Amino acid sequence: MKKFDFDYPIDIAWCPGCGNFSIRDTLIDALQELDINQTDVVFSSGIGQAAKMPQYINASYFNGLHGRALPVAVAIKATNPNLTVIAEGGDGDMYGEGGNHFIHNIRRNSDITHLVHNNMVYGLTKGQASPTSKKDFTTPVQVSGVTNEPFNPLSVALTLGATFVARTFSDEKELTKEIIKQAINHKGYALVDILHPCVSFNKINNFAWYKNNTYILEENYDNSNLMDSMKVAMDTEKMALGIIYKGKEQLTFEKQLAVYQNNLTPISFRKRDLTSVNELID
Amino acid sequence: MRESLTIVISGEAGQGLQTCEDLIMNSSSKQYYVYSCSDVMSRVRGGNNTVEIRVSNFHVYAYKNKIDILFLLNDHSFDRLKNRIGDNTIVFGEESFASRSFIENKNGKFIELNLEYLAKKAGSKLFTNTILYGFTAGLLDLDSDKCHRQIEDRFKKLNDNIISDNKKAFDIGYQDLKKNNIQIKVTKSEEAKNYKVLHGNTAVGIGALAGGCNFISAYPMSPGTGLLEYLAEKSQDFEVIVEQAEDEIAALNMVIGAWYGGARAITTTSGGGFSLMHEAVSLSAMTETPCVIHLAQRPGPATGLPTRTEQADLTNAVYAGHGEFSRIVLAPGKLEDGVLLTQKAFYFADKYQVPVIILTDQHFLESIGQMKKFTLNEKYLKSYIVKTNKDYKRYELNESGISDRGIPGYGEGFVKVDSDEHDENGSITEDFDMRVKMNKKRLARKQLILSDYVDADLIGPKTYKHLIVGWGSTYGVLKEFIEGREKQDTAFLYVKQVFPLDKRLLDYFSSNKTIIVIENNSTGQFANLLQQELGINIQHRVNKYSGEPFSIEEIERSLEEVLNEKI
Repeated sequence: MKKFDFDYPIDIAWCPGCGNFSIRDTLIDALQELDINQTDVVFSSGIGQAAKMPQYINASYFNGLHGRALPVAVAIKATNPNLTVIAEGGDGDMYGEGGNHFIHNIRRNSDITHLVHNNMVYGLTKGQASPTSKKDFTTPVQVSGVTNEPFNPLSVALTLGATFVARTFSDEKELTKEIIKQAINHKGYALVDILHPCVSFNKINNFAWYKNNTYILEENYDNSNLMDSMKVAMDTEKMALGIIYKGKEQLTFEKQLAVYQNNLTPISFRKRDLTSVNELID
Repeated sequence: MRESLTIVISGEAGQGLQTCEDLIMNSSSKQYYVYSCSDVMSRVRGGNNTVEIRVSNFHVYAYKNKIDILFLLNDHSFDRLKNRIGDNTIVFGEESFASRSFIENKNGKFIELNLEYLAKKAGSKLFTNTILYGFTAGLLDLDSDKCHRQIEDRFKKLNDNIISDNKKAFDIGYQDLKKNNIQIKVTKSEEAKNYKVLHGNTAVGIGALAGGCNFISAYPMSPGTGLLEYLAEKSQDFEVIVEQAEDEIAALNMVIGAWYGGARAITTTSGGGFSLMHEAVSLSAMTETPCVIHLAQRPGPATGLPTRTEQADLTNAVYAGHGEFSRIVLAPGKLEDGVLLTQKAFYFADKYQVPVIILTDQHFLESIGQMKKFTLNEKYLKSYIVKTNKDYKRYELNESGISDRGIPGYGEGFVKVDSDEHDENGSITEDFDMRVKMNKKRLARKQLILSDYVDADLIGPKTYKHLIVGWGSTYGVLKEFIEGREKQDTAFLYVKQVFPLDKRLLDYFSSNKTIIVIENNSTGQFANLLQQELGINIQHRVNKYSGEPFSIEEIERSLEEVLNEKI
């Protein structure tokens, strides 16, 4: 039985042909190739189609509220930095409802991996526009087409100091697996925006559209220069696939917590000694 | 003979009233029974703030309206305090600060005291509050060496000559008082030195540490911020992770994530912030992941009166969160319970895997009282976390009604937790039978919780004709009322666990008693809860919702009306 997979058939609620299936295969492969033991991996997900992923991976998970995966993920990592923590969900979940947490957790720079399935639509609620939907995309709500400027998660992440920002496409399995592995190994916040088609509700940005509107960054692309990376990230006409920016790793949120300055035992495994608390009372 | 003195200092925000209050309370509490509370505006400079300090030879725990000694530090606070001046009130201040004639025809006395002049003599206007400390210390016949040590301790972070200047200012105040030869009639109490003096906020902070709290995430909101700052100050010595969240939604979700990871976590907020947390309260219940919430009440609705007090979020706490589930709401009224109920909150949350809310308010948190020393009970540090085995199921249905709680990375099992309805494994389900089983399990938690019900305290005579009922910060004024009352026909029931309520409370409410529920809100939320949860018939309600706490005089007057007899 492959680690992180199941040795019995599971009922996966995604629509046949959904990009999430290939993301799942790639994610399981990536996790297996990294030598992390299975019980140390924890998923934190919100609500939506993508956020169901942890249900289909054999590992610990906290499947919480729509938009709230990041605060939970950061807290899990802080209480036990030995865990490998992955926050996963869709573009509506992470960039819409969870927008404020997206902004401020990049600033925190927790050592977590942030996988966002970006299909530019709300799938589970049947087709409304998401923050990343392109202009003029019409839906049962945006009946005469989206007018808001699409949200660009990559440039936002770069301006907030993220040191690992990548974009990939669900069908580029090898590339995606490599990126996920590097994201997990990266010390600090790592964003992987995974473009993938929603076969039921996004008839515009489908397989063919992604093929024509993306390109894979060349071998010799230097992803260590912030300004060059920003230019690539800002280009939303032709979307680059690959690690767009991999900056110098910064001190992580956990590394800077006072509790871990001279004691690395996770606080979840420390005991409170009442004698010192009693001294506060006498 | 009961002797008590009420000293009020009135000045502007930024004139060091809080420092003066702390210094006077710390040094006078060694020899007198003391209590202090403040009436503060929501501004950083200017306006009008007052601090009341009561010094007595009997236990005092409440706000008193009538002033015995008033110190005016500016010229625009006198009007606000006129109705609190009466027989023998002495008013100190500069000539222009008050109307001598008004004071005298209330047969009070006005004594010219130019604190600013004295402060400049000591070196700078900033020493006004230290001059006042010296003056008051002289009035209370305190030992000036001990007061000097208080000053050293208070300003220890500053450089030495600031400390010596402050001591000089203190001495000037101390000497200046002697000139006025005013005698106060409050005998000292040997026994007072067995008490520790502290704010309600400190009590809640100590209670959190006593409960094993090692994680707090919160967004600043008066009067809840005090707990965040207390734990931040203690975070090095007690190894607590302290994080200011980007909003209240993040704050409680982080707390729940921290409990899931294995920590004991709390958030602190007030009504407005707590309203944003409702969804996460429901998440805690559905995932059966513990969480502890400190809800520091202040008058609403919306922004309301940020620095005032009210008890109008009880319903908010009891009904927060969509769907039906169990929870616990504890409301400390005395300092010991600020410690003990907060400690228990962590124990209950872990044991019963439910959201636990500690309900306080501005009056409780920011008043300073005396608390007898005691030692904490290790029992409440017991962890209910289990090491998981291979086939661990987070929501296993069993006899006890509570599934063992594992944490990720501790044992061979996976800890799968879901905010959707879920099966025993933690996987999402839409099976109706499983839904019913899980719903029943979450709701049955209430009976288990009631088996651990935190009993109420009955204060006053065991047999009584009238029963006053109070919760939270009305404790002090109601207890002082009962202790000062000659007639032995009235008792006070101080309810600590305000939800869920245990049937055993009914014994206090047998038919022939007059029941008076007293609350700092307008709709009588606890009275309604008693009627709804226990079917108790409440004849009288006494409510106050001006933003101020009840005074002793108000309680006496309103009970006189209710019982239509001379108190």
